[in-house]
Amino acid sequence: MAMISYLKSCLIAAIWFVFLTFPLMVVKVNTLKNTVEWRWMNMLWVAIGAFILSAVWRWAMERRARGASQKEQESSDSDKKPSLGERLLEDPKLYRPLLGLVVALALLMPWVSEMYQVTIWVFALIYVVLGLGLNITVGLAGLLDLGYVAFFGVGAYTYAILNTRFGLDFWICLPIGGLTGALVGVLLGFPILRLRGDYLAIVTLGFGSIAKIVYENWEGVFNGARGIEKIARPGFFGMEMDISAATTFTYYLMLVMVVFTIFVTNRLKDSRIGRAWMALREDEIACVAMGVDMARTKLGAYALGAFWAGLVGVIFASQTTYINPASFDFMLSAIVLSMVVLGGMGSIVGVVIAALVLNLLPEYLRAFEDYRMLVFGAVMVLMMLFRPQGLVSNVRKTYTHSKKVHAEEANG
Amino acid sequence: MAENTQKLLEVRELTMDFGGLRAVDSITLEVCTGEIVALIGPNGAGKTTFFNCVTGIYKPTRGEILVHPPEQKTYKINGFKPNRVTAMGLARTFQNIRLFQNMTVLENVMIGRHCRTTTNILGAILRGKNTNRQERETIERSYELLEKVGLVHFADEFAKNLPYGAQRRLEIARAMATDPFLLLLDEPAAGMNPQETKDLDELIVRIKDTENISILLIEHDMKLVMNISERIYVMEYGKKIAHGSPQEIRSNPKVIEAYLGEGGDDA
Repeated sequence: MAMISYLKSCLIAAIWFVFLTFPLMVVKVNTLKNTVEWRWMNMLWVAIGAFILSAVWRWAMERRARGASQKEQESSDSDKKPSLGERLLEDPKLYRPLLGLVVALALLMPWVSEMYQVTIWVFALIYVVLGLGLNITVGLAGLLDLGYVAFFGVGAYTYAILNTRFGLDFWICLPIGGLTGALVGVLLGFPILRLRGDYLAIVTLGFGSIAKIVYENWEGVFNGARGIEKIARPGFFGMEMDISAATTFTYYLMLVMVVFTIFVTNRLKDSRIGRAWMALREDEIACVAMGVDMARTKLGAYALGAFWAGLVGVIFASQTTYINPASFDFMLSAIVLSMVVLGGMGSIVGVVIAALVLNLLPEYLRAFEDYRMLVFGAVMVLMMLFRPQGLVSNVRKTYTHSKKVHAEEANG
Repeated sequence: MAENTQKLLEVRELTMDFGGLRAVDSITLEVCTGEIVALIGPNGAGKTTFFNCVTGIYKPTRGEILVHPPEQKTYKINGFKPNRVTAMGLARTFQNIRLFQNMTVLENVMIGRHCRTTTNILGAILRGKNTNRQERETIERSYELLEKVGLVHFADEFAKNLPYGAQRRLEIARAMATDPFLLLLDEPAAGMNPQETKDLDELIVRIKDTENISILLIEHDMKLVMNISERIYVMEYGKKIAHGSPQEIRSNPKVIEAYLGEGGDDA
């Protein structure tokens, strides 16, 4: 009986889609010959396709509903069985070899693949750092930032200008770029300290647009829409490097940056500062009432998020050797934000995975280029429906306490 | 009251206007060391607004709020930011529970230690000796507080998963983590069953006696208020209508009228 009603609703969905697509897919008016062509086969394909998709959809929704009720039952039991994903993250026996494998692959990558691949990976790693940086602002401190690309641009332009006009070296500019990003972050942070949620999102969106317009129209400093070219690649103790070697070098530099970012974010997450950020995200009024200085905490989150964007902005400029305002489009902010949301707010592993997937998948799916954005959108919708907490949900650290340990010993 | 009592909080003629509405009208109130003082009144009397003025969430229109921390000089805290008020030693809980839902119970209490520790961003990244020691102390102290309110077995649970009564107690533990000398409790027994209220009653008295913390509480549960408070202030429509010991308040005609409506006591 349930099966029949199930099939019936799928059938209704199929008929509805046939009706919707009928004018487009079936009727074809040829205005030259004044004839109407009826493509009935198309109707059949639409019907079959809609039927199957609807069946899969219903099955998935049902499975999800079952999963939810199961979870409730499980949480009433005292010992929960962690899923494979959680076990991978928690059990050293499982994640150490995996981590070793990932590190080995990452280190060997440039020697076994072409330069084209290495370049793709450099950009993917840049996105990883951007994602981790934004994760501090959005994921930990809960400050929705839609203009994150502005800080990335600040870093890139800082290096471009200092290098082409004043001949400053990459290694000097790297920290300068990061610090300039952080400084601009603080400057933006001041006026919007009181804002939250939607209002904050709108202001940061505006800030991102302003930054791009300034790069485009302030010819004297940013060279306008023509952009800045001939930016030096990073040097290594004055070694002469061709493009391929320089790319490999940048790749390793980015690997170091990613490790550095993960290290810093991880330490911050479980510290006094990180806890204050999370408390701010959870409840601002309660947070200040518990003695947390809101202004300082918020500005810290902004500055640190912007710092990473500025830092990789410098690397981005050195890798492409040419930047123009088009590189710092709103789309970039949107993609970085999606990485944080899809990866799981506040979760480092999740953001890294999401950043790699969102960047590498389009590259390796060049064959389906036309449908890229379609797939991208569909994946987002499905993710939010079935796993709104992101790929990896944020697991909180548990602390041990001398008394607790004694109690456990006494019990066990 | 013992001889060596000292005023901790002294509020003079506090007035708070919202546009044309006077929510709090010239309220004068004081809390001394080792006291439990209750602030009662019908719904909408302005009790929570009064709390918000004292804790810095609102800036009062007129009046003075003076704080006399033990062995320190007096501060006038009008217009201080909430975090400064808390750092001074006044901690509060909220009428509608405001916990950090997606953090563990222990972390909630650890937030309370924020204003008593000093680790900055650089310190957190480098994790030096000082940072580790502070972190250790924060954890130990937070566990201690959880033990006091009886929530140790929930320590690693998310705050949102706690039963209602436990969430109320967690709010108290979090407030106590800021090392206050005065605890402001906004309807701590709201929504609790009689057994939970009785436990809370004992907890509040225990906090006063063992931790040396004075308490100012807003409460609707008359039994709790009459049981534990030494002095009671009654508010109605923003004004103070009575002040005295539980016995005096119980028989005060104005209070009875405010609670039971006009003509409630002349029958």
